Amino acid sequence: MKKWTRRAFIGAGVLAGGTLVLGIAIRPGNRASKVAGLIATGGETVMNIWLKIARDNTVTAIIPHAEMGQGVHTALAMMLADEMDADWSKVRFEEAPAAKEYANYSVAKGFIAGNANFPKFLVETIDGIFLTAVKSLNFQITGGSASVRFTGQDAMRIAGAAAKSMLLQAAADTWKVPVEELVAEKSIVTHTGSGQSATFGELAPAAAKVKTPANPKLKSRDQFTLMGTSQPRLDIPAKVTGQAIFGMDVQVPGMKYATIKAAPVFGSKVKSVDTHVTTSQAGVLKIVNLGDAVAVVAEGYWQAKTALDALPITFESTENDSLSQAEIFSRYRKAMDTDLAEGNLETHFKSGDAAKALKEAKVLIEAEYQLPFLAHATMEPMNCTAWVQQGKCEIWCGSQNPLGVKAAAAELLELELDQVIVHNQLLGGGFGRRSETDVIKQALLIAKEVDVPVKLIWSREEDTQHDFYREATLSRLKAGLDESGLPVAYSHQFIFKHHPPEAADIPYSVPNQLIQFSSPPSHVPWGNWRSVDHSTHGFLSESFIDELAHAAKQDPLAYRKKLIKDHPRLLAVLDLAYEKSNWGSPLPANWGRGIAIGQSFGSVVAEVAEVEVNLEGKVNVQRVVCVADPGFAIHPDGFKAQMESGIIYGLAAAMSGEITIENGAVAQGNFHNYPVTRMSEAPKIETYIINSDNAPGGAGEPSTPFIAPAVTNAIFAATGIRIRQLPISNTDLRVSIRQTT
Amino acid sequence: MTKLLINGKEHEVNAENGVPLLWVIREQCGLTGTKFGCGIAQCGACTVHLDGQPIRSCITPAISAEGKNITTIEGIAPDPTILHVVQQAWIAEQTPQCGYCQSGQIMSAVALLNEYPNPTDEQIDAAMSGNICRCGMYGRIRSAIKRASASLQSSTL
Repeated sequence: MKKWTRRAFIGAGVLAGGTLVLGIAIRPGNRASKVAGLIATGGETVMNIWLKIARDNTVTAIIPHAEMGQGVHTALAMMLADEMDADWSKVRFEEAPAAKEYANYSVAKGFIAGNANFPKFLVETIDGIFLTAVKSLNFQITGGSASVRFTGQDAMRIAGAAAKSMLLQAAADTWKVPVEELVAEKSIVTHTGSGQSATFGELAPAAAKVKTPANPKLKSRDQFTLMGTSQPRLDIPAKVTGQAIFGMDVQVPGMKYATIKAAPVFGSKVKSVDTHVTTSQAGVLKIVNLGDAVAVVAEGYWQAKTALDALPITFESTENDSLSQAEIFSRYRKAMDTDLAEGNLETHFKSGDAAKALKEAKVLIEAEYQLPFLAHATMEPMNCTAWVQQGKCEIWCGSQNPLGVKAAAAELLELELDQVIVHNQLLGGGFGRRSETDVIKQALLIAKEVDVPVKLIWSREEDTQHDFYREATLSRLKAGLDESGLPVAYSHQFIFKHHPPEAADIPYSVPNQLIQFSSPPSHVPWGNWRSVDHSTHGFLSESFIDELAHAAKQDPLAYRKKLIKDHPRLLAVLDLAYEKSNWGSPLPANWGRGIAIGQSFGSVVAEVAEVEVNLEGKVNVQRVVCVADPGFAIHPDGFKAQMESGIIYGLAAAMSGEITIENGAVAQGNFHNYPVTRMSEAPKIETYIINSDNAPGGAGEPSTPFIAPAVTNAIFAATGIRIRQLPISNTDLRVSIRQTT
Repeated sequence: MTKLLINGKEHEVNAENGVPLLWVIREQCGLTGTKFGCGIAQCGACTVHLDGQPIRSCITPAISAEGKNITTIEGIAPDPTILHVVQQAWIAEQTPQCGYCQSGQIMSAVALLNEYPNPTDEQIDAAMSGNICRCGMYGRIRSAIKRASASLQSSTL
């Protein structure tokens, strides 16, 4: 599987009380823009992932990922425990602290900056592990649907297997028997011949002195006892009793509350504010001008909010003060035209001669698509509790990137990393939003002005209007079909490329392709939004291929099948989707069925939506059949839950999700004008998993990109109206409109 | 000072200047199971019961709850060692993901089942559509309500 020697990563030690501790060092490299941003603010490189065995025979997996509902603590603990043959009922987990022992900022900096002064153990493995190391940057952050496929595969399983090997060796040495005769099962090592047995806890102190194995042997799939089963999630019981503590719920003695209003137009500054607290402001302790925002500190959130709302604040004018959403799209168009005319388009992918093939094609299909900005709208509004004291600070927050939080704080306050303590909490939704550190920095700057801990809470309006947004985009697609109706040429021009780098690829065999993009300036902050660029490209390419199928007068599913015949993995998913959705079976009047398929974050997903468009034009998504191949689902029920979640998240955006810019600022503020999917609008979702044994794929994101095109393709099947602009709610689908289209 | 009766226990709180019940429960009584989501009764994360009726505590002035029985997520279990049948169903269906909305979801579901022990899908839609779940666990919430309903039926037979 890998060329690097695992020994280089593994080290063992004994803690006070005889606890065996096993660590695996993981090193990152340079990956995508998300990560580059993290490094620029001082991300860490070397992370140790630990497991502990206590004398009472409990095994604790220390997991370097944040729990935001994806069940990662459970899945990763299962991977470790399975390789160890640990008794699952005695397995615990802890989230790794963002502490010095788990990160090394200086090594990171040197590594990225090309500084040759690496620690010896790093130099030994640097070439061999480089490819793995590149992927390993994900280990610091919870994102990219990466926890199970990278941390789980490359670290937790190896840590478990190494621990087991050392425990067996310790028993063999103690009992003077050959190690091959020993069996580990449910946290007990047994030697059948002599009838001796000992628990992992009893063997742990001796095991810690055993030489770490160079290449611990991993189980094959038929040996799994936990992987592939749906163990009850460890985090759920506390979430039904109100006992689970999210960032919002942290209580620190002496804590006060703050809320904030940032300049509505991105990039603007505070022009004037009276920071003098008056007697009429009950409970208000301090008004802080942060330069681009104003915060009020008070005894409670309500006092802070009431005082802030009443506070007269003026902001500096900017060049974007009259900018509208229409103008933004018009600038996009202009940028595309200019870049095309001047040959300045950046090329994503090129094969053959698309221009020539388009000219010579029998049929030419052209379409322009448009997608809006999107906010994350996590259920838990942004918040952070901070306490800044002389020479140190403490932070309580729910972050997808606790080590990034630590580095950002150290840089902002000019502290050493070990002077910053981060207490990461449960996340009330992440979706990419909680990989940013903007709120943490605000909380620190406010806390600096008072001598008590402060909990900064954003209003929902602040959360909606100061997000890092999924990009609005414009897309021009062209295809040329041959006599059989199949595409011989495909050209795509779009706005903005972030990552993953392959997102604009199409899975279909088209000999002549030209995929290009423009990057016009934008004042709207961009951020990772669940599935990132796949969230736009899934819709664009899966809508357009549907257009081609209909232009060729062919069944959209059969058409796709012809074009992916060289991709057995996609074919298998498409075939199962055909079967499970009863593709082609009759539907009631005004109903339609739509398909979309693709690969993202290592998983292949197809979705078939059954949609009713009633006479008033209301779209009811009745049923979604989801077929997914993640290689192997470690926790099948958890994987299904992630598919369901990604579908509803993508559906909310498709149906009504739209952030617009008016006068340079976000026009929406709360769930009444940024509506999301509710119970009565949620379709029945059926998920079917294919375990193909391909490299493990992600779960958190791969179902999001395909629900929008599955639904709009179904709307086309029901009404004949092709939706090329999201959200769907902007298109009039009343029956009277349909008949005139 | 104002006296509030929360989960059967009396709390002396400052309810001045129209402070909503949500913030009093969370900040002054230390019961953080009730969540802040939107502040304008759009998301349901702050749902508590006032004399058994589900209300949005983010827009309910604390002063108006004086003299009434307030029940929060921390107070619905029959005793500290036994979960409410709805909480049990939530675990059995592995309903929560991030879990942030679930206190409010459960409070709405308990109120629904008090009124309709055997709710139809339409009654579930009507009672639960005020509660947003951004992790999209609506299918599991529906299944958990039906499971809780079934176990309520069998326990009363």
